[in-house]
Amino acid sequence: MLSPEEVRRIARLARIELADHEIEHLRGELNAILALVDEMQAVDTNGIEPMAHPQDARQRLREDVVTDRDQRALYQSVAPATEDGLYLVPKVIE
Amino acid sequence: MHAESIRSLAARLAKRELSSVELTRAHLARIARFNASLNAFITVDAEKSLAMARAADDRIAGGAAGPLTGIPIAHKDLFCAKGWPTTCGSKMLANYVSPYDAHVLERFGRAGAVLLGKTNMDEFAMGSSNENSFFGAVKNPWDERAVPGGSSGGSAAAVAARLAPAATGTDTGGSIRQPASFTGVCGLRPTYGRVSRYGMVAFASSLDQGGVVARSAEDLALLLGVMAGFDERDSTSIDRPVDDYVAALARGAKGLRIGLPREYFGAELAADVAKPILAAIDELKKLGATTVEVSLPNQHLSVPVYYVVASAEASANLSRYDGVRYGHRAEGYRDLTEMYCRTRAEGFGAEVKRRILIGTYVLSHGYYDAYYLQAQRVRRLIARDFSDAFKRCDLIAGPAAPSVAFDLGAKTADPVQMYLQDIYTIPINLAGLPGLAIPCGFGDRGRPVGLQIVGNYFDETRMLAAAHAYQQVTDWHTRVPPGFE
Repeated sequence: MLSPEEVRRIARLARIELADHEIEHLRGELNAILALVDEMQAVDTNGIEPMAHPQDARQRLREDVVTDRDQRALYQSVAPATEDGLYLVPKVIE
Repeated sequence: MHAESIRSLAARLAKRELSSVELTRAHLARIARFNASLNAFITVDAEKSLAMARAADDRIAGGAAGPLTGIPIAHKDLFCAKGWPTTCGSKMLANYVSPYDAHVLERFGRAGAVLLGKTNMDEFAMGSSNENSFFGAVKNPWDERAVPGGSSGGSAAAVAARLAPAATGTDTGGSIRQPASFTGVCGLRPTYGRVSRYGMVAFASSLDQGGVVARSAEDLALLLGVMAGFDERDSTSIDRPVDDYVAALARGAKGLRIGLPREYFGAELAADVAKPILAAIDELKKLGATTVEVSLPNQHLSVPVYYVVASAEASANLSRYDGVRYGHRAEGYRDLTEMYCRTRAEGFGAEVKRRILIGTYVLSHGYYDAYYLQAQRVRRLIARDFSDAFKRCDLIAGPAAPSVAFDLGAKTADPVQMYLQDIYTIPINLAGLPGLAIPCGFGDRGRPVGLQIVGNYFDETRMLAAAHAYQQVTDWHTRVPPGFE
């Protein structure tokens, strides 16, 4: 069972702001989902290889060469804030 | 013309009995008339669609028509379409206009299809009722008190109400087959890797697969032939020749061994759904198929495994929404972290937040092995059940959903109840198999029931042939919701 502190910690890791009044309701919902999930925990999976891809296909590799053309202006046209081809964010280092 | 199949419309367009402009106008007019009540579309842009229709008419006149030239097709609003809003049903992307086309859009464009509009969906494809959309819930055309299913609910409702001849969808845990079942239309989820995910807004990358909703198996076959194919920009796209799905329809159902998983006919299955499903299986037997009981003993673990795997992948995929490169950015913040946290708090809806939080938790230090790795191991057990079953049968058949469409609001208060809607579809996604749903009758309150047919990897031809054979001797797929004739 997640505690209110754990819910806060997970939200911090996920970079989602939560108001204090949201915690208790959310905690109930998350615990209900985890209770559903717990059903798979008792299964004996000794010796079973984890399955990451439905056909166990391997990641393809390609030559390390440029395959796309420069479309910076187009791609930055949908950004919230840019200047001189750079994305603007609040100052990180004082 | 809104009642005709794509096959027949394409033939009339080719003979110039009908123009794409007329056809597109007719559908735009139906959208204008019905969308206010159904809310199936998020974006309609008549001018843009008609420009594409005029180009298609020129192409037909120039003798260069492809299989879909001039056919209007709607797209689930998570397929990026250059110059069109691509919202994913989210406030986060409410103002996002895509600077590029998804691979699926490129292929439809090359085939000459007209983009009819972008359809409503559960936010980031997370939901089974289409009630999680920032743009409001979609209504089921058969009964406006009912949900259309989700997450491709707008696509399914649009095709059911004859607002579009076909619409694309995506299926991560049942998001094409369940809404198809709830709205009495046909929906196909291809084998994982058959259709490129490039330009499809990512939810859970090892489960997501693009597909389509249409009114017959024959139209599904035609559309899959256009959508399917290798794309090097999707790292999990499979480089393998695309079958001639339309030609293969003639194979019929004769001689097919159909597996009936006993776990699909248990206590969870509502009686009003079981009856038409069993009748449809009898019909397939009359067409020369045989049935054999099979077992998928780990099927009951699918929903738990799915909510670990899908949430984990979602938490990673959705970390890109940070208010920096695209999408919503919060107004007030003191520093970068607060900008991220506030942007994401404002931009995501409740269900998306729940899944990101669950995903973050199961991937976090100390829990990874117990949750994520264990889920991936059980996932293999579930996939093995299918490979064992397919040693004894060619196709698997059963219900697509445990009940007919439920009422709007009936399950929104309890996420777990909502998740259990997908017990019959999720196992197929975990295994990466292809599945389709076709209408096979009606249950309580006149709400549609869909038969699910699952094939082995890349065996879409046999699934479609069986569905087509069934539709040659039944007419459920031709039924139109009252008021939409």
